[in-house]
Amino acid sequence: MNIDLSVKIGSLTLRNPIMLASGTVGYGNEISEFTDLNKLGAIVTKSLSLKPRKGNPPQRITETPAGMLNAIGLANVGVEVFLKEKIPFLKKFDVPLVCNIAASTIEEYVECTRTLTREETIKAFEINISCPNVREGGLIFGNDLNAVAKITDKVRSATDKPIIIKLSPNVSYIATFAKAAKENGADAVSAINTLVGTAFNIITRKPKLQNVTGGLSGPAIKPVAIAKVLEISREVDIPIIGIGGIMDWKDVIEFMIAGSSAVQIGTLNFIDPSAPGKIVKDLEGYCEKMSVEKISSLTASYIL
Amino acid sequence: MFILNAPVEETIEIDNRIYLLKVNALEISSIIKPGQFLNVRVSERVSPLLRRPFSVCDVDGEHLYLMFNIMGEGTNILAHKPKGSEIDILGPLGNGFNLGGDYKTAVIVAGGLGAAPFPYFTRTLTGKKDILSFIGGRSKDDVITYNLKNVKEATEDGSRGFKGNVVQLLEKNIELLKSKKIKIFACGPTPMLRALKSFCIKNEFDCEVSTECAMACGFGICQGCSIESITEQEKYLLVCKDGPVFNIKDVVI
Repeated sequence: MNIDLSVKIGSLTLRNPIMLASGTVGYGNEISEFTDLNKLGAIVTKSLSLKPRKGNPPQRITETPAGMLNAIGLANVGVEVFLKEKIPFLKKFDVPLVCNIAASTIEEYVECTRTLTREETIKAFEINISCPNVREGGLIFGNDLNAVAKITDKVRSATDKPIIIKLSPNVSYIATFAKAAKENGADAVSAINTLVGTAFNIITRKPKLQNVTGGLSGPAIKPVAIAKVLEISREVDIPIIGIGGIMDWKDVIEFMIAGSSAVQIGTLNFIDPSAPGKIVKDLEGYCEKMSVEKISSLTASYIL
Repeated sequence: MFILNAPVEETIEIDNRIYLLKVNALEISSIIKPGQFLNVRVSERVSPLLRRPFSVCDVDGEHLYLMFNIMGEGTNILAHKPKGSEIDILGPLGNGFNLGGDYKTAVIVAGGLGAAPFPYFTRTLTGKKDILSFIGGRSKDDVITYNLKNVKEATEDGSRGFKGNVVQLLEKNIELLKSKKIKIFACGPTPMLRALKSFCIKNEFDCEVSTECAMACGFGICQGCSIESITEQEKYLLVCKDGPVFNIKDVVI
């Protein structure tokens, strides 16, 4: 059987639904030693801001049951260094490059997008309005429907390339945010960013993360993510990129059935950076066994 | 860097609560340097989820040795790996100690499990440099001298060797240290490293330190293991990639 693994995110066609999530692949060079980037659907860069960001002080990471908390705080090289030093490496690959943008103001989102959109290697933008570890641009924007609408609208006018709005799960109804993104010109949404969490050291009574709170990721959040994807899928007609605790091909299939057109692998890259390539192969096996000719037919194929 | 399933050959409890895990991994053992580390996936289950970093304790042909104590679920699983089972290891990671230079005597300073990287270090330097080892712990059960040479011990409760901490023991031996052309190589708990840093600055001793930090990936993508740099204010260094070994003057401890 000839299996078609390709999927579409707006005008962007991916050879398969496996994307690498922002903040879990840096700028591609380290992970390329373990997984052939040319075999993947797309890669999403670490969040970029206009100027370099140092990120939060240590400790930035702690493990929790079936998950981890991170409070990196958007440490990144900034747009200028990215274009000069990281793009030449990324150019060598035949994989769609999605730039994730994080900003403190609406103007900064626009300026980042405008600067980056001139670079032809960049095929789409993912707008991070939902980082739980920085105040401006993270928690505040992600929770504010008007801000999400306005950022989407302004970024839309700064680029012709597809825009993906990365949504926060730390809201009451995620579908209303997906709707605001769609109505203001977004091509897709990605869901979910991390959940806000905290862990304490019971001897010192201090938080394990210097930032006190962090973003929870990993298998622990998968059921939450699936529920959020389903909620958006049932209420808003927009392509969804499912994210949250994917550990293998079965999780990918589950996310697709719940409404995802594609998925992003995140925390798993830290544990097994060779896993994304293996998952692509495994998906083909599943489709063959289940007589699924086009993997895209799985999207929102839930039976409720 | 390799990710491979290494067969477990032996798990030995070398001392009270201190384990040595021997695995077969020629690809890594043939290239790993003293001070580099491995990130170990202790099980395929989702909890514990992340890999655990361990400095390479010793290397013998195709064998790698990891030293650890049981701190929690991950190390408990590791301590009970049966012979013939496999563990998933990623490495070699990090930069290791810079063994070159015109010093005559390598002075090892370690506290508790900070002794872990030094058996391989000692093996590598034997015949090339003189070695002096200053090993400390809270009490005699915390003093790990496995496969070290020319050891002077310090315990805070006085239950073995010098009564006091290991940096006080260095102070006591200052004439000896000053009489030689030395370079210090250290690993241990943060208070020990802080005291050591002052000691090294005061006495103008060159010192490399192996640092520790919570991390997920071990190769630079999670950005979790940040450490403040003295020279580069605008960004953090990463323990996994820029370290774990740093010149003690270059980082905030």
